[in-house]
Amino acid sequence: MSVRRTLATARRVLEQLRHDPRTIALMLIVPCVLISLLKWVFDASPHVFQSVGAALLGIFPFTVMFLVTSVGMLRERTTGTLERLLTMPLAKADLLGGYALAFGSVALVQAGIASALTIGLLGLKVAGPVWAVFVVALLDALLGMALGLFTSAFARTEFQAVQFLPAFVLPQFLLCGLFAPRDRMQPVLRWISDVLPLSYAVSAMDKITAHGTVTGGLITDMAIIAGAGVLALALGAATLRRRTD
Amino acid sequence: MMNYAVEVRGLRVIRGGQTVLHDVSAQVPVGSVTGLLGPSGCGKTTLMRSIVGVQKVAAGEVRVLGMPAGSAALRDRIGYVTQAPSVYGDLSMRENLRYFASVLGAPRDDPERVVAAVGMEGKEDARVDRLSGGQRARVSLAAALLGTPQVLVLDEPTVGLDPVLRAELWGLFHRLAEAEDPVTLLISSHVMDEASRCTRLLLMREGRILASDTPEALLEQTGSADIEGAFLALVGAAS
Repeated sequence: MSVRRTLATARRVLEQLRHDPRTIALMLIVPCVLISLLKWVFDASPHVFQSVGAALLGIFPFTVMFLVTSVGMLRERTTGTLERLLTMPLAKADLLGGYALAFGSVALVQAGIASALTIGLLGLKVAGPVWAVFVVALLDALLGMALGLFTSAFARTEFQAVQFLPAFVLPQFLLCGLFAPRDRMQPVLRWISDVLPLSYAVSAMDKITAHGTVTGGLITDMAIIAGAGVLALALGAATLRRRTD
Repeated sequence: MMNYAVEVRGLRVIRGGQTVLHDVSAQVPVGSVTGLLGPSGCGKTTLMRSIVGVQKVAAGEVRVLGMPAGSAALRDRIGYVTQAPSVYGDLSMRENLRYFASVLGAPRDDPERVVAAVGMEGKEDARVDRLSGGQRARVSLAAALLGTPQVLVLDEPTVGLDPVLRAELWGLFHRLAEAEDPVTLLISSHVMDEASRCTRLLLMREGRILASDTPEALLEQTGSADIEGAFLALVGAAS
């Protein structure tokens, strides 16, 4: 792994984004619009916003990074740039690190804007430290990126890549504790939700809003999200083959 | 004894249950401009991919500069241009070349040199996907010239280009081959009339090498007036 090649890759990914201002706008504005809409929809029962607002701050970076990475990496595969890079002295870790650095920084900006809006303007009460919200959002973004990279290996077209969102992400939405508390689910669903990483993203955000300090449970949740991200990244790296059929 | 940049022995490649290369053996001498000629679908691209080391092979041996194809030590010594331009369409030529140059560890001013080499001065800042097909192909070729490649594997690099530009590129290929540190070029084409621009030829058909020689020797051996005729004579002799 080389710092120069990783930084060059991050710069290249950001340059590609810079040429696509509409995507940047969608990445930054859509979460804010949705969170504001949620606040408005539950105007009559503010406790709903209080209970799911923070969870959404963790879910948006995950979803957005999943999408941009799976489509971006699929494009690298179909246009032959991935093959070209793999014939060059570029380690897989340089490529993945570059993507993580570039999309991670976008995720931080996204989390910054969305949490400023949610906590500042819309009045979500967060008992714990705000930096913890950022850390969890960043970990979620990196997890989404790693899963997007992995699933892109199974898509042949951009149509398929986009369809992986409902296939991989929506079940996690339903089971992560956003719609129903996980401890009141049917045992089978509860068991499935235990192994899905997004459950821990929601759980971590819930703990930050509820507790004034960083608890051991929060650290455990963060470690699980990070661990799942590393696992997905390793699986994703295994799909980057220098030799193909 | 001749010095070979690429040596292929008994190479067999099977894709989707079909044998695409049937025990192919071929050599590419150092400093040659070797044309890999044959009809579309005859296995030229698969042979090139095997030489670059990105193709899974079923049997046989491929050595480049004395090392097994795909060795890590070859990654900054071999330049590969795929048939479809493999560059980032949503970046400018300058941004593409800057990125590939830093991956290769090439000097900072190297992009300027290769832009001039492919005659793209003045178009560095346009997005690559707004360029014409021929211009995109030249961006892809420029990226392969970055650094100091000793072997260039070019898959149909001149298709669809204006004849003047094509002549210029062939001039560039010969200058590279005749340089003090000669670059070895393997260039595929399905256009037989590009044969006369090569110093050596590999003629391919249906996953097999028909002949490997200089253009002059092939014409003499078959008594043909052009390479197309030589190709037909060789096919007739083989069947």
